[in-house]
Amino acid sequence: MSHHRLSAQQYLILAFVSVSVPLGDASLSHGMTNLPAISLAHPLTLIAAVFTPWIALGIALLIGYFASYLTALSWADLTYVMPATALGNVFVALLAHFWLHETISPLRWIGVVLITVGVGFVAQGPASTTPPLNLPTSINQADNALVEEALEKEQVR
Amino acid sequence: MIFPSNLIQSGFWQATAMIATIVLTSSVGEVQTAAAMKSMGDLDDIRARSGIGGAIRAVVTSPLFVAGIFFMAIAFFSLLFALNHMNLSLVGPAAASLTLVTNTIAAKLFLRENVDRRRWTAAILVCVGVYFLAH
Repeated sequence: MSHHRLSAQQYLILAFVSVSVPLGDASLSHGMTNLPAISLAHPLTLIAAVFTPWIALGIALLIGYFASYLTALSWADLTYVMPATALGNVFVALLAHFWLHETISPLRWIGVVLITVGVGFVAQGPASTTPPLNLPTSINQADNALVEEALEKEQVR
Repeated sequence: MIFPSNLIQSGFWQATAMIATIVLTSSVGEVQTAAAMKSMGDLDDIRARSGIGGAIRAVVTSPLFVAGIFFMAIAFFSLLFALNHMNLSLVGPAAASLTLVTNTIAAKLFLRENVDRRRWTAAILVCVGVYFLAH
């Protein structure tokens, strides 16, 4: 876990984390509002909604987000990576206003600005403040298994 | 108090319950996932050592990661349900911002991250922002 400044590639990953969430959410919203109202009595209709084009596009974008998010979490704090996601609120408001034609009141715009300023505070600090946790990890287990397998092959020879 | 019209349409408590479900399940999932990723170290190093397959295997075979995904899946379907009843401009920012606050608290308590004055200030600003956003 590094405490140094992030590289350009790492900033690009954080930028994708920011952009992919609002785009994915907007796609999901567009898809869900085009569907008839879904009640709790028929929860399986939510599963069927996953296979409609806009929902599928939204899911694809969110999968891309998740891969970038996991990569970022491996070299930065959760409290550092989260603001990148929160920055997406600005994009959400812009997309909701210009694409979905939703009305955004001035008070809501102020809210979006305050959230963005808060996010900026976090972004000024170090990316990581903790050493790696000493938990048993699957990669260690997997590596051990590979080493044991290699030793067994060596013994057979 | 004055609530947005879309909040009144779906009922204040119903809307609150939908957003709270997204926030809580999302927080539990994200903290578990973060703990899993912290425990395995830099993914780029793992990919350099074991290839992309090794990196994917390291991630998906982590019990903490699987538990995190389970809670995130609940959060996702809660989001779909909420989007079916409320506007994205309310659900998106409210859920994302409140999750940021609960995640900050959880990160300090469970991940032992150094949440200093700067990060707490950010959490307060986000809280006020969410208040304006929802009223």
